[in-house]
Amino acid sequence: MVSNLDVVRTDGVAQTGGPGITLRDVGIGFAGYQAVGGIDLYIEDGEFLCLIGPSGCGKSTLLMALAGFVAPNQGSVRLGGGEVTGPDPDCGVVFQSTEALFDWLTVRQNVAFGPRMRGVPRARQREIVDEYLGLVGLRHAADRYPGQLSGGMRQRVQIARVLANQPRVVLMDEPFGALDAQTREVMQRELDRIWRTHRSTVVFVTHDIDEAILLADRVAVMTAGPAARIKASYRVDLPRPRQESSAGYVELRRRLRADIGEEVRASLRAQGADVDGAAA
Amino acid sequence: MTAVAGDAARRTDTRIRPRAKAAARGLRATALTLLTLAIGVGVWELVAWWYGPALAASPAETVRAGIELAKDGTLGAAVLASTGRILLGWGLGVVVGAPVGILMGRVTAIRRLLDPYIEFFRFIPPIAFVTLAIVWFGIGETSKIVLIFYTSVFIVTINTIAGVLAIDESKLRAAASLGANRRQVLHAIVLPATVPHIVTGARLAMGNSFLTIVSAEIVAADTGIGALIWQSRNYGRVDWIFLGIIVLGLLGFTCDRLIRIVAARLLRRYGVKV
Repeated sequence: MVSNLDVVRTDGVAQTGGPGITLRDVGIGFAGYQAVGGIDLYIEDGEFLCLIGPSGCGKSTLLMALAGFVAPNQGSVRLGGGEVTGPDPDCGVVFQSTEALFDWLTVRQNVAFGPRMRGVPRARQREIVDEYLGLVGLRHAADRYPGQLSGGMRQRVQIARVLANQPRVVLMDEPFGALDAQTREVMQRELDRIWRTHRSTVVFVTHDIDEAILLADRVAVMTAGPAARIKASYRVDLPRPRQESSAGYVELRRRLRADIGEEVRASLRAQGADVDGAAA
Repeated sequence: MTAVAGDAARRTDTRIRPRAKAAARGLRATALTLLTLAIGVGVWELVAWWYGPALAASPAETVRAGIELAKDGTLGAAVLASTGRILLGWGLGVVVGAPVGILMGRVTAIRRLLDPYIEFFRFIPPIAFVTLAIVWFGIGETSKIVLIFYTSVFIVTINTIAGVLAIDESKLRAAASLGANRRQVLHAIVLPATVPHIVTGARLAMGNSFLTIVSAEIVAADTGIGALIWQSRNYGRVDWIFLGIIVLGLLGFTCDRLIRIVAARLLRRYGVKV
């Protein structure tokens, strides 16, 4: 149990080769604004990584680059052996906005979308859909439309839809950010359970410290933008499901709060706010 | 027992009350519609009486003209001819306008190529093309259908483009990352997501078609409501003109209603609200 107290601080040094995701000196900018500058990060196969940072720091932008929606203007993103050049079914994305669901399709049809695009036979599609709807506990709602579901249920559909495509990597962009506190907590526990039964590489963007500790194998903290970098990264060696009262949890929480607080103050100071005076 | 019976009675009572309320609301709405129609006919009657039959036909005279022309078959033929032209021209406008709009919305190069022409022609009213249409397409049906097509196609295209551009980026991204290629994104995401805008465009185009049919039938049409209105001038039959106008309005109203009913029935899952 004592080992749980150890909060290991690891360096975000990129390793070369191997599967997993390798970010090498990745910078992303548009129209003269460099949102992300020079990120080196290696995400192991089967690892659950949480990217956390002050709002507007570019963590979602970085995720969009991993997904292939945004091209970095510097460095490279490699998934497995190959460079990411565009969206890829190997890399599923769960979006914060439930607008990402296809409103004119039923829950079943939404989940079947990936297999259907690949030309999987109908009978097999049905099996896949049943399996993943069962996994997220939505079998009873299979024939409903997204508009008839609650926010939490819609995010379950998004998760099932991505997993039904059996991607190697799942990218999640604040998927529970728009949910109410109670639903969010349930969804975090659910995701933890799903991930334990269905291990895949996950990169999860959030600004919620508890969410990060609850879910992650490793938490990477980003600095405030512009030209955001990885400030620090912590391995979370706590047994799952995680207990908020455990000593390791509390210690890690304190460290992350300090790290992120520093960055939030830095970004406010950059905007001209008298943070230190107010704090004193 | 009595308690249970009372309970049941109370329950039915609460269940019936909202329905009764809704019925009362419906009745009031119908009454208001009837009232405003009655006032409209009353004002019409008054104006017709004031100006006399040389300038305006009264409701009764219009109805008589309707019976007269219905009996000799003119009215039915006119309605059929105009409706046929409108449905054909409008249908072509939607069938061409929607895919063109989708392509323009998705492919920037196509948008750049076609945009100047759309922005140019949409300001030129179909009546300006009536003579050219007859010279180019003859005095038969083609010239009229072409004019209705012309008045429909741009508005459908423009609405469809707006619909394509309004699609949430995350939908397109989700589809792409689930493995849909460009062509699949087009028919599995862009088309269904744009349906409400296409329907709006189609409804506006239907309105335009009715505005255009009278000009399309100005020259060289022997049947049609527009033709009826133009020919009545030669006979000095104000009542026929009134009849043509009333029939045109009723026909337009009916067509729009039909679009709305069909769209609500078949396209509800695409988010069409009518």
